[in-house]
Amino acid sequence: MSKDEVKKIILKIIAEIAPDEDLGNVKSDVRLRDQLELDSMDFLDIVMELRKKFGIEVPEADYGQLASLDSCADYLQPKFK
Amino acid sequence: MERTMDSSQRIVITAVGLTAPNGNSLEQYRANLLACRPHVQMITTRYMGEVPAGVCDFDPLRYQKRKAVRNGTRAGSVAIYCAHEAISRSGIDWAGVDKARVGVYIGITEHGNVETEQEIYNISQFNYDTKMWTHHHNPRTVANNPAGEVTINLGITGPHYTIGAACAAGNAGLIQAVQMLRLGEVDLAIAGGVSESIHTFGIFAAFRSQGALASHCDPNKASRPFDKSRNGIVVSEGGALYMLERLSDAKKRGAPILAEILGYCINSDATDAVLPNPERQAQCMRQAVEKAGLSVDEIDLVSTHATATPMGDVQECAALREVFGKSPRTYFNNTKSYIGHAMGAAGALELAGNLPSFNDGIIHPTINVDELDERCELNNLVINTPKEGVSVSAILNNSFGMLGINSALVVGAFKD
Repeated sequence: MSKDEVKKIILKIIAEIAPDEDLGNVKSDVRLRDQLELDSMDFLDIVMELRKKFGIEVPEADYGQLASLDSCADYLQPKFK
Repeated sequence: MERTMDSSQRIVITAVGLTAPNGNSLEQYRANLLACRPHVQMITTRYMGEVPAGVCDFDPLRYQKRKAVRNGTRAGSVAIYCAHEAISRSGIDWAGVDKARVGVYIGITEHGNVETEQEIYNISQFNYDTKMWTHHHNPRTVANNPAGEVTINLGITGPHYTIGAACAAGNAGLIQAVQMLRLGEVDLAIAGGVSESIHTFGIFAAFRSQGALASHCDPNKASRPFDKSRNGIVVSEGGALYMLERLSDAKKRGAPILAEILGYCINSDATDAVLPNPERQAQCMRQAVEKAGLSVDEIDLVSTHATATPMGDVQECAALREVFGKSPRTYFNNTKSYIGHAMGAAGALELAGNLPSFNDGIIHPTINVDELDERCELNNLVINTPKEGVSVSAILNNSFGMLGINSALVVGAFKD
């Protein structure tokens, strides 16, 4: 799976858990929390959806890796293989 | 009767926000009650199939963002809708209100069953792996949830909690608010009751196991208190939240005053978990009337609790005959025949539907009575057709619940 595809998956999850957000102009290199109204519970939702939909575990120590779309892609791409 | 109490101790209703299966505003709801229009429908419940239920169709997105609806509870959405409606109808300058002086007191029959059942179903899809259990479960299921969701949505920083009082909860929420206003703990109270119970199979299954779940080929006839063929409860969702204020404050701001809460009582049967005790119910009604400074023959209308269970209706009617047997002017009606049993919201919704009778002099009937059970005969029971031209100045609102909790609230037309 390419990094772009990983980003699309993350955006799709965010669209489900934060349905009021406009995701049309999300910048890949900017922290998600700096451009969207996301709180810690929302990030737990992202972790849960990765677990449910793809069987991917994100340990608590790695939550910081989900900060931006770029860091999500870097961190998650190997886990999708 | 002349009101002698100090105006800082007199508590008045200045608005009602509600959602019922047959109306999302007091006007719509009242119009449907007077037109004898019920709204109960068949819904599909997990594991049980189709059951009759009262479903509300208010728009939660009117006052909440989609994420808040997704992360919150149905009871929270009901409460938020009702709270906004009450505030807007009260005419208060909400932006100028000191939110630390607002209390939210919401009656609930139960809370958390819906969310717990949903999560158990959710993890059943993952071989019961509890790692799939949502982190939203705790904030959704804490007992203060619907009241807490209201405070977050509206920025209210005063006290909030729910009052767990089975199906007496609607009255109990209002009584709590009256007490807190009289104590000076808050200046405004948003209070009443809510229910989301139709979203879990458990309550339906338990009533069915108890032999107390209504059934009928026409869902709109399923809830039929006092009818000989009644066979149980139609479970409903809904809510009614009132804006309550001290009379002195309401007058100061020129608020519309819909009614005054004159008296109340909550007591306990102390006898059985499910079978009501008419002796204690009668005692509850008498004490509420006494606290209101009235005599029973000054009560113009009793809004009965009757849920259409075979025994519950008989027991309440026995209590009503005991209290009002010598009060020829007192009328009786029931609202569950239109909307089913809205559980924690029932008492608050049923009172709301009757409040306009202070002005229009009309008592809506209980409907669906094809053949009156002789054990439920009451003098002046309004059946199937509205009673017009009645001078209504005092209403007694009954609301009883499991574990033998009884509540009675006396509300009067406002007289300065």
